Amino acid sequence: MHMADALLSPPVAATMAAASGAAAVYSISKVRKENQSEKIPVMAVSAALVFAGQMINYTIPGTGSSGHLCGGMLLSALLGPEAGFLSMIIVLAVQCLFFADGGLMALGANIWNMAFYGCFIGTYLIWLPIMKSSLFSGMGEKAGTRAKIILASVLGCVLTLQLGAFSVVLETTASGIGELPFGAFAGLMLPIHLAIGLVEGMITAAVLCFVYETRPELIRGIRKETGSSKFSLKQVLACLGALALVTGGLFSLFASSHPDGLEWALFGNSDAGYASNMALDEENFGTQSSAADTAASIQESTSFLPDYAFKNSDSAAGTTVSGLVGCGIVAAAAIGVSAAGNFFRRKTS
Amino acid sequence: MNRAEKALHALKQMDELTEMDSPVHRLSALSKLLVTLLFILITVSFHKYDLTGVFMMALYPYVLFQLSGISFRLCIYRMRYAIPLVAMIGIFNPFFDRDPLLQIAGISISGGMISFLTLLLKGMLCLCASFLLVSTAKIDDLCAALRRMHVPSLLVTVFMLTYRYISVLTEEVALMTDAYHLRAPGQKGIAFHAWGSFLGQLLLRTMDRAQELYAAMLLRGYNGEFPDLQKNENRTASWIWLITWAVIFLALRWLNIPDLIGRMFMR
Repeated sequence: MHMADALLSPPVAATMAAASGAAAVYSISKVRKENQSEKIPVMAVSAALVFAGQMINYTIPGTGSSGHLCGGMLLSALLGPEAGFLSMIIVLAVQCLFFADGGLMALGANIWNMAFYGCFIGTYLIWLPIMKSSLFSGMGEKAGTRAKIILASVLGCVLTLQLGAFSVVLETTASGIGELPFGAFAGLMLPIHLAIGLVEGMITAAVLCFVYETRPELIRGIRKETGSSKFSLKQVLACLGALALVTGGLFSLFASSHPDGLEWALFGNSDAGYASNMALDEENFGTQSSAADTAASIQESTSFLPDYAFKNSDSAAGTTVSGLVGCGIVAAAAIGVSAAGNFFRRKTS
Repeated sequence: MNRAEKALHALKQMDELTEMDSPVHRLSALSKLLVTLLFILITVSFHKYDLTGVFMMALYPYVLFQLSGISFRLCIYRMRYAIPLVAMIGIFNPFFDRDPLLQIAGISISGGMISFLTLLLKGMLCLCASFLLVSTAKIDDLCAALRRMHVPSLLVTVFMLTYRYISVLTEEVALMTDAYHLRAPGQKGIAFHAWGSFLGQLLLRTMDRAQELYAAMLLRGYNGEFPDLQKNENRTASWIWLITWAVIFLALRWLNIPDLIGRMFMR
């Protein structure tokens, strides 16, 4: 689910970076307010643990394949959503910088897709409500809590992974990168991540159950007297509000990427029924000048492929036959320079 | 080698690359970070059909590989997981976008083909740029650069500590995995009944380790901020580096240089 830079257009990447940045600023202020500097090493070491934990292959019973750990739910169950979110940012940054997992500019989007949903939505909408509820109370204290942990982990991982996968589809479509229709892409991504979510949820549940049995005080939201992790409607609403805001923003980018406003204003769009707005002709725009004439005369004297029948069907799109020829010349020059550089380096050494 | 050992090896390799000495290594990490971000931003902003424009952006990684002496082959090897993922999203373009865009000697090339190639090239260039950044700048210098960009110290501190502890914990995972597989030969992964205890054990030890780490930090006078490990970097050269590349990127973005070169030789 790590997105590469090439899959996002700058406006979408900026939107997602702003959203993740806002969540990070909120988390930092929240962690600072708690003023527990002993939390810093815990956050760092937990982030390293999630990173290392993802190197473990878990055999899925009945199949030959293997699953991995889901970091967001585990970290927020151990550290709380805010500190867990910051730790996840670090995990994603390390993966991006040192293992080419996701791009540098796409980091904002990746943080949102994997860390925000996993930590905030997972905690406030799934983890805390389930842990505070009286579900499975007939099973006794210990077995009941364990059942709640399993339910919350599986449900949380499935939901947050679905949200993340859906966001990937939305972001890619809004960037106008792939030609795959929105529905087909979502139909591909969501079922795959449903299966992944189930497995990741089971692994996370197994780890949390083990921790609950050995050191229950490490897990958040279990004991009823903890006042700080109180379930509140305000936080749920804030989470849902942030979700709606970002999704709405992405949809508006998607909508506006289709008609290009500036192009429309300059050249009009007769296909869509608009008149020529500023009466400019797109074909001959800006080509009649003395510089263009000089260039044409230079071209006359240098061209070694005169009047070769190439059809430049759409020069506005960027790639033209002459452009491809130019690239070939540049590439040849670059190879020549490298060869010369290697030759001289070998001579000097 | 198991997966954890492979990751450790990769981390060590990156560390060794940053220890090399070249004109690029001597520049300040901040200027390299800013140039990398600008490069990625400009590269992805090209139109999806602008294959030649994106191609010209290869100038930056080309010059950097030449100047820094970093192995291009290693960079390509690092991309082996990321590029197929990009390709998976772009592979549908040739099927959905069949309008002919170009005709070369009677063969028409569809817009989908061009946009697929452009996407792949963008992906590779951006990965090259990030790889060049982390292989020419030390992690401590990068953290100092982040601080100079006013990234909150909490985040930078956690980043630095995490980076140091990743190798420690990954090594433990590598050892544990080896030990497990020696006692369970022929088994591909961790069996279902050990799912919880395997990582759980490590988690408990890790939490204790965090306590020790915090005590050690306090004993050495930690006050919420790591000292800025500023070395004698070449400031003027860094500024020139930043401005030169910014001008080159903008020129490549707004002038269709391959088209101009191509037009000189043909009509």
